[in-house]
Formats: sequence, C-alpha cells, structure tokens
Amino acid sequence: MATQSITLPAAQPAPIRYARILAKETLCEWRRMLRTKVFSLSVIGFPVMFYLLFGSANRGTSFARYLVAGYSCMGVVSACLFGIGMGIALERAQGWLELKQASPMPRAAYLVAKVMNCAAFSLLIVAALLILGITIGGATLTVAEALRLTAVILAGSIPFCAMALLIALLVPANAGPGIINLIYLPMSFASGFWMPITYLPHWLQKIAPALPTYHLAQLALAIFGFAQPGRALLHWEALAGFTLLMLGAAWLVFTRTEARA
Amino acid sequence: MSASAVISPASHAAPAAWPVPLSQTRTVARLHSITKRYGPTLALDNFSLELRAGEVVALLGPNGAGKTTAVRLLLGLIAPTAGTVRVLGRDPRDSDARTRIGAMLQIGRVPEMLRVGEHIDLFRAYYPSPLPTAEIIRAAKLEGLENKMFVKLSGGQKQRALFGLALCGNPDLIFLDEPTVGLDVESRRAMWDRIRALSAAGKTVLLTTHYLEEADSLASRVVVINKGRTVCEGTPAEIRNRVSGRRIRCITRLTGDFLLTLPTVSEIREDREAVVIFAEQPESVVRELLQRDPTLHGLEISAAALEDAFLALTSGHAAADVAS
Repeated sequence: MATQSITLPAAQPAPIRYARILAKETLCEWRRMLRTKVFSLSVIGFPVMFYLLFGSANRGTSFARYLVAGYSCMGVVSACLFGIGMGIALERAQGWLELKQASPMPRAAYLVAKVMNCAAFSLLIVAALLILGITIGGATLTVAEALRLTAVILAGSIPFCAMALLIALLVPANAGPGIINLIYLPMSFASGFWMPITYLPHWLQKIAPALPTYHLAQLALAIFGFAQPGRALLHWEALAGFTLLMLGAAWLVFTRTEARA
Repeated sequence: MSASAVISPASHAAPAAWPVPLSQTRTVARLHSITKRYGPTLALDNFSLELRAGEVVALLGPNGAGKTTAVRLLLGLIAPTAGTVRVLGRDPRDSDARTRIGAMLQIGRVPEMLRVGEHIDLFRAYYPSPLPTAEIIRAAKLEGLENKMFVKLSGGQKQRALFGLALCGNPDLIFLDEPTVGLDVESRRAMWDRIRALSAAGKTVLLTTHYLEEADSLASRVVVINKGRTVCEGTPAEIRNRVSGRRIRCITRLTGDFLLTLPTVSEIREDREAVVIFAEQPESVVRELLQRDPTLHGLEISAAALEDAFLALTSGHAAADVAS
C-alpha cells in the first residue's frame, strides 16, 4: 500500500479529553433540548398541568400522594421516549448524525450525553411534582420518600432510554411523534400512572404486568404504600430484563442496517 | 483575499506528526476497485480513485452517479461490498484517521436550537489539535454569526457554518460533498474563494459537484463519474478537450439512427422540430447531410459548450466511446 501511516500528536491525556468531550456534548444537548420548546414545555408541562388539575382537585387525600408518583413515572417515560427517540431519529434522518460519525467524536459520548439529559429532565419533573404535591396537593411527604422516588425515577429512566434507542432506529423521523404517543399514552394509562390499576377493566389489569411501565409504576407507588401486593425485586428484574431486551434488539437492528448501508 | 494565510498549513500544525515531508506524489486516500451495492442498486462499479497530497480533485457527475457514495466510503460511514478503502494509511473507520479529516456533507437540517459558536466549540473538542476558533470564523466567513441560532441562518450562511465545522480539526484532508448546491451565484463564488484558500494552504480536497464550471475553476484534477464508473479523468483542460467536437443543428428528414452512423458523430438530440448532432469533424458530417437530404434547412454549427461536453461525457454511448 502506497499510503503513509501517520503518528498523532499527543495533546491532552485521553481520559481528560474524553471527559471534556462528554461535558460539552451533554451541555450542548441540554441547551438544545431546553430551547426546543415543543419538547421542554410538553415534557415538563404535561405532568405539571395534570397535577394542577387532578392533584388540586384531590387536595389532602391520599390520591394527591398517589399522583406525585404516577405523574413522575409519566414524566420520565415521556422525557426518555421523546428526548432520545425523537432526538436520534431526527438527527439520523437529517444527516446530522452522519456528520458527527465522520468526526472523531466518541460514539459513546453521543449516547451518554442524551441519557444524562433525560435524567436531568426527569429530575426536574420529579422536583416540580414534589413541590406541587406539598403545596397544591397538600400531601405530606417525608424527605426519605422524596429521595426514594427520585432514585427510582432515575434508575427507571434507563429501560426507557433503551426503548427510545430502539424506536429511533426503527421509526422514520416524521412518523416519530405519532408512533411514540401511540406507544406511550396507552402504556401510561394501562400501568396506573393516572389512576390506580384496580379501577381499570379486568382484562387490562391482566395485561399490565407485561408492560415495563407497570413495573416502574409499582416501584414508585410502593414508596407511598400504593403498590399491588408482590415483591419489589420482581419489578427490578422485569425492568432489567426489558432493558437488555431493548438494547439487544437495538444492537441487532443497528448491525443489520449497518451491514446493508 | 488573504485567506490562504488564515488557515495554518498542515505542516505548521503538527510538524512532528509527519515523519515524511509532504510531497505532491504521496497518496493520502484511495478507493481501490470498489463495488458498492445498496440492495439491487449498484452505486459504484469497480471504481478506483486516488487522492494525492495537496491536490484538489473534483468528482463530477450527474445526480445518482455515485459521488456521495464515494465520499461516504472514504469517511468510513459505509463499508464497500468489495474493494479496499484507505485514508491516511488507515481504515477510515479508525477514529485516529478521522482526527486529520474534515467533512462537509449534504445535511437536511442541523440541530437548529444551537448557536453557530456552540456548534464550533463542540466540534473543536472532538479533535486533539483543533484550529483556533477565531481562525475558523475567519476562514468560513462567519464573523458576526457566532451568536446566531442555526435556525436563523440563510442558506448560504448555513453552508458557511458547515464549512466551518469541516475545518474545526485543522484537517489535512477535506471532503466537500456538493458544497455549493442550492446557493445563489454570489454565495457560490464566495465558497469557491474559500475552497481555493484551502488548496493554497496545502490541504488535500475532494469535492463533489454536478456543476462542470465548478470543477473547471477549482480542481487540479477532474474525475467524471456516471452510473458508478469513471467516465474519464484528467485536468479540467483535458476534460474539455476530450469533447472537442462541435454541435450541428438543422431540420432534416433523415432519421436519428442514420445520423448516428455518420463518421465522428457521438450523439444526437432532438430539439423541437430540429435535431442537434455532436460530431468531432462537423465538416464531413455536413457534407454528407446536404447530399442525402436536399430539403435540409436551418443549419447552424457551433462549438460545444462546456455543459454539452459534460452531457456528452456522461450520456450513455458517449461514455462508452471515451472510456475505451
């Protein structure tokens, strides 16, 4: 081969450079998401608006506590599905992702930045709902409950980030919002984000344990004592299994499209 | 324009990185016997291309000729069905090779809610020895746009911003995929100046275009490509001379099939009621025409325009003639 090999100048040590890239990527992604009003207002706005309507209507009752957990789950799922699912689907469709791939950007930095931002949005949503719960909802919440809810929501964002990744790879960008709503709204309803699952039709209650959102809801509701009888470990296992399933499917789709590309 | 001084030559950026001095003959990138299929579609058919240090190569061809596929292969965005790709002595999928490469691709939309300066800042972070921000702004003519959101930019400004992103890593090798597509004449000329500045700074540039004029005025070497195959290759002057024939326009009763059998006729085209004939030696063709068809009228003979040369090169049978 006639081409010449090159040695690269040693600039910063790799880990520091890598951390810098990740920090910048995350910050840019944060700005982008926050400035994209369709996203930031609806993802934070819907749980807040719902709580203002239904939380205040049930002021002082246990349902006001229930809804803090339920709407937090709804918030995190929508932040992940719309943030990552739509984000990546759009950037893929418009060729932007290709330009980034052509640069030496570490691929993981792109994904990690997106996941961190979903976590940040989830935190904002939980914080907003906790404040609304105490003020508007008149709910009594302990610090321990608030911290446990935050932890469950953060950990619970991981399976939905994985699901969003698969959606981004499968769904064409222009059909994205419709399809994501089609997945996310029925799942929210059937998993008891909006009302206790015992009020739902019997057949729905039977289906619910097959949904990842159900297991997230049970973990969050358990903090306030609203969960169905059963062991928490089962729900964690279900979410972990779902995450692996989604990541595996995403990997399969990705390698197949790459082979065809 | 003093833009040549704006971009620091590769040799200044990292002198220690080049054990061998840059010479004009060194191959920096190469596609070797590449075949690329997308399902049943053949995008590149046994296509080879070599880029030598410091040259500006224009990959010229109509839409769907395989230009973008060639660029995407060189960037390691796709893998060839058959053949080998080497860039700076490495597989382009190797991210180390990417630190010395810049790319401007055809992009539908850029994340719009980020400012130009933020995009540049982010892309600079990807490279181990990036170009200073001020130099990128100057070289891409982005003064005053740093704080503008991408969504607020005009078409020409967007292309300049994308051009700026391609320069972030102070690359030695730059791929420009249709850099002037959709630009008005003035913005196109301004982009040409910027591309000339790159070549003056010693960068190796591969640009794709379907404007012959663009290839003619920028490139040191033109590779004409159509249907995934090289049609011909040479300096812009050589390409033009390749189709040195002239066009004969007339109204005649003679059939197209017959006209094609006349000596040196490379192509015929219908033009309303008349027929346009491209021929190497128009004199002998006209003599024959007048003899065969006494009713022939409206005769015009003119030199083939650059655009005609290009069309002749990339249309089916002319391509076969020239390539052989």
